Amino acid sequence: MHRNHVLVAMDAHTIAQGARAVRDALMRNLEMTSLTSEVKVVETGSLGIYNRGVVLVIFPENVYYVGVKVEDVAEIVSEHLIKGRVVERLHYTDVPVEKAAEMGAAPRFGKQQRVVLKNAGIIDPESIEEYIARDGYEALGKALTEMKPQDVIEVVKKSGIQGRGGAFFPTGLKWSFAAAEEAKQKYIICNADEGEPGTFKDRLILEGDPHCVIEGMALAGYAVGADMGFIYIRGEYRMSIDRLNRAIQRAKENGLLGENLFDSGFNFNIEVREGAGAYICGEETALIESIEGKRGEPRDKPPFPPSVGLWGMPTIVNNVETLANVPQIILKGADWYKSMGTEKSPGTKVFTMVGNINNPGLIEVPMGTTLREIIYDIGQGIPEGKGFKLAQMGGTTGGILTGAHLDLPMSVEALREIGSGLGSGALLVVDDSQDVVELVENFVEFFNHESCGKCTLCREGNGRLLELLQRINSGKGHVADLNLMEELAVTMMKGAFCGLGQAAPVPILGCLKYFRDDFVRKIEAAEMAAAA
Amino acid sequence: MQDLTRVDEIVGRYADTKTPLIYILKDVQKEYGYLSDVVLTHIAKKVDIPLSEIYGVATFYSLFTIKPKGKYVVRCCNNAPCHVKKSKEVLEAIKSYLGLEVTETTECGTFTLEFTSCLGLCAVAPVMMVNDEVYGNLTPEKAVAILKDYKMKGQSNA
Repeated sequence: MHRNHVLVAMDAHTIAQGARAVRDALMRNLEMTSLTSEVKVVETGSLGIYNRGVVLVIFPENVYYVGVKVEDVAEIVSEHLIKGRVVERLHYTDVPVEKAAEMGAAPRFGKQQRVVLKNAGIIDPESIEEYIARDGYEALGKALTEMKPQDVIEVVKKSGIQGRGGAFFPTGLKWSFAAAEEAKQKYIICNADEGEPGTFKDRLILEGDPHCVIEGMALAGYAVGADMGFIYIRGEYRMSIDRLNRAIQRAKENGLLGENLFDSGFNFNIEVREGAGAYICGEETALIESIEGKRGEPRDKPPFPPSVGLWGMPTIVNNVETLANVPQIILKGADWYKSMGTEKSPGTKVFTMVGNINNPGLIEVPMGTTLREIIYDIGQGIPEGKGFKLAQMGGTTGGILTGAHLDLPMSVEALREIGSGLGSGALLVVDDSQDVVELVENFVEFFNHESCGKCTLCREGNGRLLELLQRINSGKGHVADLNLMEELAVTMMKGAFCGLGQAAPVPILGCLKYFRDDFVRKIEAAEMAAAA
Repeated sequence: MQDLTRVDEIVGRYADTKTPLIYILKDVQKEYGYLSDVVLTHIAKKVDIPLSEIYGVATFYSLFTIKPKGKYVVRCCNNAPCHVKKSKEVLEAIKSYLGLEVTETTECGTFTLEFTSCLGLCAVAPVMMVNDEVYGNLTPEKAVAILKDYKMKGQSNA
């Protein structure tokens, strides 16, 4: 038995701030002080604290340390682990509410509710035993032994869950399309090609709790009659890829993937497929092309993937977050799921808060939480006493929200009503010191780079928009350019081949609508300077 | 003439994988550093896919390169979340320290400067990657200090 457990958050954010070196120093120090048999170091997923350096928590005392550097390790070991005294200068007391509820500390960060992230930062993601101990693979067992595939689809349909990739298509309905197809082979694809700027929810789900996604895929496979799944993941997500591969291996060893699961005759296997760097591959048909070893260019639709997908077979493509919800829905039922969120958008939503915000990072809240609650309660407001200029919801293709939208509930239907959406759940907060025209140029630079080049409107349209914006930002613009930009943007929205080209104009039109004065002022100031 | 036996070996590795082209290109690039014409032509023959198609794939994805790169590839993020945290200032400092524009490689072959697509590290923006290592919460000074270390490392290993 170990008298202390030290959980070291090992996610992409903490690693970028030196977590590996701190972990190594900790191990060395424990060896030097002969504490390795008494103190266990556990690497875990994100602990919910993002830009405060390396984070660790010591149990059973439940003490959080942040900003831990290699040179602090000796002090933590000698003071805390040997003498039992908390190192106050590194002690962190603003413990996020979900951890607090879990561990009995004081609540802090507003109304968060964890379904998808219930295990992240709490279990060791490398340990299938810890996942199982928190009702892991129970849903799969229940489905395979007590439910028919059709029942699984019915529960998912009734829960009302919509696809968390950004399109919010009803998941149960999608599954029923593939289930109705007669084919000798069907596939489940987990879309982990998370490329929307500002979005890192899927990565942290995979890094913190890979088995819940694996279980969700197996359930999807059982529901539609597929025995093979692929996880298509960005090649850049090295740590997620390694953890997934090990998790799949462990699931196989434990008879939770492979042949004849739970003696039901149902087989399911999963293979990880890495992307090679292309934003467009997040589009489901482009993703399928990429798995087929081709350029990731989107296909013509219909036929949709549930009828004709990977290698011509019926294929379900679901986002990581969607699949991570599925085991809980099967286990606790549709009514439980519908008790969260709003009537039309049930459940929780994972958001990533980024930009000019005091407390950036990953949060999970019920659908319908207002923008104000997210930014000011959970996000703790805007740094340096600056004001709120705008927020962009859903990544770089997302719609623009202004101060007038602060009390808008963040739900699919409320955003749809103002011609916007939740998209990927990335929330970029922008303070009033930022130049909107430069920000829009930055958006368009991104689209211009990521356009796959297949259709003219997206390829050329983004290029021309970029030229116009560069002209304005370099002081050579005209007010008439704004109309031209609008006209071009509307044309792209209507005529581009796929979602990328259709969505690219959304933030541009939004900024032109709400902040036209900023553009005009910039253009006129340059004209006056030139005339003087 | 490049030794192509390792290409054969890599192609053989994926005999049981359906449509493995991207995996083959990845492994070959790891082995040879970049995807040269000679290598691509050889792959085309081995997997029986037209060279034009293979070239199309090799130039579509940003993780593939058909040109040799520096020992340290510096990838700066300039997507919107990094942009609002002043990634431009970091990029300018890196450009002037390395004397490079984006996509260029230093003459000595030590550094290549590129953009990266969003790495999802936006809570510690602005960020950059040097080969496989990521660095967050950058300032112009911090970024240059990190690159100085790499420069020294590059010289001592040379």
